[in-house]
Amino acid sequence: MKRKLTMIQAITEAMDQKMAEDSRVMLMGEDVGVNGGVFRATENLLQKYGANRVVDTPLAEAGIIGAAIGLAMNGLLPVVEIQFLAFIYPGFEQIVSHAARMRYRTRGQYHVPMVIRTPYGAGIRGPELHSESVESFFAHVPGLKVVAPSNPYDAKGLLIAAMEDPDPVIFLEPTKLYRAFKEEVPEEMYRVPIGKAKVVREGTDLSIFAWGAMLRVADEAAKQIEREQGVSCEVVDLRTIYPLDRDAIVQSVKKTGRAIVVHEAHKTAGMGAEIISIINDEALIYLKAPVKRITGFDVPVPQFSIEDDYLPTPGRVMSGIMETVTY
Amino acid sequence: MSPLYQVLTPEGQLVQDIAGLPDEATMIKMLENMLLVRLFDRKSINLQRQGRMGTYAPFEGQEASQVGSAMALAPGDWLFPTYRDHAAAIVHGQSMMRVFLYWMGHMEGSISPKNLNIMPPCVPIATQMVHAVGTAWASKLQNEKHVSLAYFGDGATSEGDFHEALNFAGVFKTPTVFFCQNNGFAISVPFEQQSASKTIAQRAAAYDIPGVRIDGNDIFAVWLTMKNAIERAHAGEGPTLIEAMTYRYGAHTTADDPKKYRDQDRLSEEWRQERDPIQRLRVYLEKQGLWNEEKESDFIAGAGVKIDAALAEAESYPKSRPEDMFKHVYAEPTWMASEQEKELVKPAKQEGIPA
Repeated sequence: MKRKLTMIQAITEAMDQKMAEDSRVMLMGEDVGVNGGVFRATENLLQKYGANRVVDTPLAEAGIIGAAIGLAMNGLLPVVEIQFLAFIYPGFEQIVSHAARMRYRTRGQYHVPMVIRTPYGAGIRGPELHSESVESFFAHVPGLKVVAPSNPYDAKGLLIAAMEDPDPVIFLEPTKLYRAFKEEVPEEMYRVPIGKAKVVREGTDLSIFAWGAMLRVADEAAKQIEREQGVSCEVVDLRTIYPLDRDAIVQSVKKTGRAIVVHEAHKTAGMGAEIISIINDEALIYLKAPVKRITGFDVPVPQFSIEDDYLPTPGRVMSGIMETVTY
Repeated sequence: MSPLYQVLTPEGQLVQDIAGLPDEATMIKMLENMLLVRLFDRKSINLQRQGRMGTYAPFEGQEASQVGSAMALAPGDWLFPTYRDHAAAIVHGQSMMRVFLYWMGHMEGSISPKNLNIMPPCVPIATQMVHAVGTAWASKLQNEKHVSLAYFGDGATSEGDFHEALNFAGVFKTPTVFFCQNNGFAISVPFEQQSASKTIAQRAAAYDIPGVRIDGNDIFAVWLTMKNAIERAHAGEGPTLIEAMTYRYGAHTTADDPKKYRDQDRLSEEWRQERDPIQRLRVYLEKQGLWNEEKESDFIAGAGVKIDAALAEAESYPKSRPEDMFKHVYAEPTWMASEQEKELVKPAKQEGIPA
């Protein structure tokens, strides 16, 4: 039977199925138990798996992440929820100094198989510090993997892959997409491999690289520009931010000869710079125009009265496309 | 102020008849371990001065705290040392060779002997305390009778992670022992300036867990307190906070000059003369007829041989290769690091430099 799920339902199902299959998996974080998570990602799991496996913790990010590191080192598979990405900062040291480095420091003797799930990104009319997109912080740290799905199908498959990954995974869930749409999600367990991008729209004139909520913006722009200007854009969902899928990036640029990167993170030192660098290294001679970045600005994500002006829009992406194809 | 629990006075006398004292063999082992690690510590400082080792964190003066606490552990327990707790690591079974390697800048110095769960020395302050909550929590969930012991200094008690660790451990009743060696200084900042609370042990009350303040230079007090804490942990009663009052005779590290922040000569002399952990056990054991000068010189000669052997092994340990830095970052290397490794290794070979 075909069923359609929202992204949040797909995420819940991934955890539910993995918990049923592997008794080592446990969920922990603030409000994940009785309340089922502030976005209801863990709804009903406490009732199903009990308080030893779905743990409402004290409100302390270093404590949550640090304790999860110990749990992971000693045989369990913790899936941590941090309520919003910008709330992760008190636990940042635990992530970068310990989760990321334990395997290295012990020469492979101990490792930290944990997943840190956190909603991220703007567009939900959230209060201050509920809308950040700082994936670069984590992509810069050797030892971590960083994943950001853009749809329910990938969210389930990537989350299952993340829970099975022997290394710590920062799993960024685009808040705006939690309930934005439904799509078919298989009932059985399946994996979407970490580190593999996906071409979501074939095109010949220009490649657009995006992830998370920006994938939809990129896709919308691609549709509209094809309709209005006859420009054929290839849209690539990177899905994993670290490690990037170089082959997918390079193949697409070789085919189209032009590229733009769309992300809602701040422009400077954002992942766009890294993607352009890969293109320089591997496909420079195929380029017919400089690669552009359509991104959030180098300002704190503003409060929501002007949030939409911060975020890349299909309009801004289309302008970027036109500048690039007419260069 | 919480009373200071003491069993063996600085004069080497029992304060009162106490049940559960270690047996004679254990007492002798305590003294031997303290003598061994003190020799190791002094040797390390010399090696650093000779340029054979990097910056080193000495612990002389704190032997009773580290040796007594680690001797209470069983195999399978988890030990989370800081950069000053190599005595504890050695006593729990880490090889001196590995400790030398660590301070000589080899990553292999952090490898724990099999089944011992000795963690690498933690450099950030207080962060390992939360890990000790996590491993203990996992032991509890998996019905394993192991405790996790986290060492930290007085400075660590100002960090948020100290509070988060105690709070989590209290809430989830994890079998964790938090062992503070209060040596009075966080590098240069004295405890009075570190904390307005008179003691660290009293902080335990805020988390509704037992807090015990002990003479950290009294190895019997340390060992008995640890045994109690471990018993509580095994009985499902949760964590204990131990504050062991002690003193480091020397510098924070070999890169630091304690004369800048304390009356180094006078204070160290005073502690050494009046409260030394080795001296008081030595006097006690001599009175019991369990120790004498001859035994001590025999032991020291043997210990010196062992330390030299560990050093020789460490100094002849295969040199790390540049490509070793690329190992164990992930279970499977990423393409980025693999390519960078090739770049690193290739030009070195072309120039005829051995890789």
